[in-house]
Amino acid sequence: MSERTKVEVTLAVNGRSYRVRVEPRRTLADTLRDDCGLTGTHLGCEHGVCGACTILADGQPVRACLMFAVQCEGMELRTVEDLADGDRLHPIQQAFWENHGLQCGFCTPGFLMLSAGYLEQNPDPDEDELRAVLSSNLCRCTGYQNILKSVRQAAEVMRG
Amino acid sequence: MSYVGSSVKRIEDRPLLTGRARFVADLSLPYQLHMRVVRSPVAHGRLLEIDTSEARAMDGVEAVWTRDDVREVPPIDYRMAWVEGLERFRQPVLAADHVRYVGEPVAIVLATDSYLAEDAAELVFAGIEELDPVVDPLAAGPEAIETTVVEKAYGDLEEAFGDAPVVVEMELAVGRHSGVPMETRGALAHYDPMRSVLEMFGAAKVPHHNRAAIASMLGLPLGAVVLREGHVGGGFGIRGELYPEDVLVCLAALRLGRPIRWVEDRREHMLAANHSRDQVHRIRAAVEADGWIRGVIDEFWVDQGAYLRTHQVTVTELTTSMLPGPYAWPAYRSRGHVMLSNKTPCGTYRAPGRYESTFVRERLIEVIAHRLGLDSSEVRRRNLVPPERMPYERGIAALGTELTYDSGDYPGFLDRTLEYLDYEQLTTDLARRRVDGELVGLGMGFFVEKSGLGPFDGVRVTVDEAGEVLVITGVASIGQGVETVLAQVCADELGVGIDSVRVRHGQTDDLAYGMGAFASRVTVMSGSATLIAARRVRRKALEAAAAALEADPDDLTIERGRVFVRGSPAGPAIMLGEVARRLRPGLTSGEPGLAAEGWFEAHHMAYPYGIHAAIVRVDPDSGRVEVERLVVAYEVGKAVNPELVNGQIAGGAAQGIGGALLEDFAYDESGQPLAATFMDYLMPTIAEMPDVEVLLLEEAPSPLNPLGVKGAGEGGITAVGAAIANAVADALGCPEKVTRLPLGPERVRRIAAGRA
Repeated sequence: MSERTKVEVTLAVNGRSYRVRVEPRRTLADTLRDDCGLTGTHLGCEHGVCGACTILADGQPVRACLMFAVQCEGMELRTVEDLADGDRLHPIQQAFWENHGLQCGFCTPGFLMLSAGYLEQNPDPDEDELRAVLSSNLCRCTGYQNILKSVRQAAEVMRG
Repeated sequence: MSYVGSSVKRIEDRPLLTGRARFVADLSLPYQLHMRVVRSPVAHGRLLEIDTSEARAMDGVEAVWTRDDVREVPPIDYRMAWVEGLERFRQPVLAADHVRYVGEPVAIVLATDSYLAEDAAELVFAGIEELDPVVDPLAAGPEAIETTVVEKAYGDLEEAFGDAPVVVEMELAVGRHSGVPMETRGALAHYDPMRSVLEMFGAAKVPHHNRAAIASMLGLPLGAVVLREGHVGGGFGIRGELYPEDVLVCLAALRLGRPIRWVEDRREHMLAANHSRDQVHRIRAAVEADGWIRGVIDEFWVDQGAYLRTHQVTVTELTTSMLPGPYAWPAYRSRGHVMLSNKTPCGTYRAPGRYESTFVRERLIEVIAHRLGLDSSEVRRRNLVPPERMPYERGIAALGTELTYDSGDYPGFLDRTLEYLDYEQLTTDLARRRVDGELVGLGMGFFVEKSGLGPFDGVRVTVDEAGEVLVITGVASIGQGVETVLAQVCADELGVGIDSVRVRHGQTDDLAYGMGAFASRVTVMSGSATLIAARRVRRKALEAAAAALEADPDDLTIERGRVFVRGSPAGPAIMLGEVARRLRPGLTSGEPGLAAEGWFEAHHMAYPYGIHAAIVRVDPDSGRVEVERLVVAYEVGKAVNPELVNGQIAGGAAQGIGGALLEDFAYDESGQPLAATFMDYLMPTIAEMPDVEVLLLEEAPSPLNPLGVKGAGEGGITAVGAAIANAVADALGCPEKVTRLPLGPERVRRIAAGRA
């Protein structure tokens, strides 16, 4: 079948370069997970609603399930694996830990990347903005209040 | 320092925060094949020829199997069975003669790539002669199959209803919704000739039971099957039960001698994983003018879907036994009809039978109060089980145990909650807002939960020569914080820092027996077993250290892994790692090793209780219900980690709001599901959530376990439906018209339009 023809793509992920051969229909999320071995990006719905697969593409939060790997050549991609600096957690990770912002942890990478991307561009969001942004993603365990608390704390820490 | 009772940060979070967790879809094995399930596109039909030739011809497709390839595999058996003679309603792993719901597995494709497996699955053509589906078993008449009727009764109903001054009768229904964890299901199985075992990753909730079931279905000795639980993306009752796909993955791994990997997509999950709730109740109460309820008769129908799955009639059983909740009704009868339909089969979902029955009971209380012109809190108070009757035996059974409420002061608890709410002021404020034109209301629901279902669980605690402690438990972790809680209990009892404790769970070759994570049982059962095991290890350590320190073991104590004479921390001491070294085989006359097992048995459940209060604002034009406040007062006996308990409650509350306002597995008249994606099945986002206020009480410890704990996994959800329904009724000023959940915009607009 013709759609099984693979093409070569070079992806820049977390400051590293990955050369992979993928079908044009292969999603970015599957490519990150299966071809780059970056399984921290999770798939919860594969149609862009739940946000578990949120990563940063050129600094913007995007759904990796709604993009194809072949679209991403030349972009700077950033996944949850890149947040911590060695053993030192990123302020957003630290805040989720301190505020019990996760339970099963499956949606967590998506929330971390969504918030990290947002806070980098909007370091001092008000409560309504923050709620609006966080309503992009689904969590089934926490009831969200500790996620909100975590992101508020991270914003404070990141502002310094 | 005492860890138990303090909100220590979770020890399991780091891999989850850094993207290094191992959920089942994160695992792969060399030369694996990918399984794709071909599912029935129709709700009911006779299965004719299945044409697999085109799919089989595709490059990379290794096998396509249908019913003919799995004839020897029995249907999936009941894990919990309460009624005999229901074997014929079990689900086969692949449809045999009929398909009975949209999404039923009809064939599987095994291919070298997951995209290819999906391509090939689209080329499998199942001939189906369509038959009329049963979509609403209550309306279907004799077409609908009633599998059984579960009945519980006590007291003299004739006397109760005979000359009752008032009889209140209602029909109330709860819609079809479910757990819908963020991680879909998955499994990875392979046969390992080196150890002669079939190993399956992706287990959850009840690994030990499923190991036995898989071994039995595939004709393997128990020791030839190992199940592994990794990180699990939410459970809520539905995840981890044995489903057809788990068995098919194992069967294919055995037959083909290659690893088989299956990861469910979201649409499949919505069609194939257990649904829940979906009950219609007709309830009658005989009442006196002061609100005292003499007796209740309830008749209800459960739309169980196409098959009875692993829980058999557990939800119906729990509904009948838990419906009376906190009230001391002298006479009661409930009859639950377990009906089949051509919809996805149902199982348990967080607070099974209690979410439904609490909605029914607490709506009934509200309507009784309205009819009698009383405040509903007063009707509640009049009927509560008084503290002097604790432990309170109702005279019926629940899940094979006598239903005996272990401890509690229900009236005192109601007072505490009303005080927290500042009830009089609150109702006055709401009345004033209503006068100003706002449709606002307050609703409450009082409930009794159950927890700590036995009969046993075990833990092994081992201290190695570096002083590191390993806790191995037979329960499972579905993301609720098991590791941290057990580590807290172990660290306190043993006298070590929590940093040196690791917890391993869900590996069937670690411990011979394990019950699993359900029924809010983990902290009660495994927490208690941890306490017992750690206590034994401590004793063993003290005895071995006593010889080294030339002291009496009873004079010694352990702090942060250091054994010394109590009161002389600066005196001679020995570290636990060193004690372990002295217990090597050959160096000790007793059992070698610094380790012990602890087993905790329980034949009665512990019953936590709570009150939910919701304050809502209704927009009559859009039908939107905004939850302004949600208060959950909950008595848990003792909170090992209050922050984690609060997290359980807030998360449960969110799911409860989903079931009350948004979530609905609707079907059209041909049995086609109308909510098979997240676009149609609406779950709460942060935009729908208030900050849940938790009033956590630890005043009625359970006498049934050494920690005094009562389970906290489910009480966050139990009365949310009841409280929001009562609040909407209050806001709209029509106490009798709110009879059905979910209260979606359409339904709310209709009620609002029809109010006086």
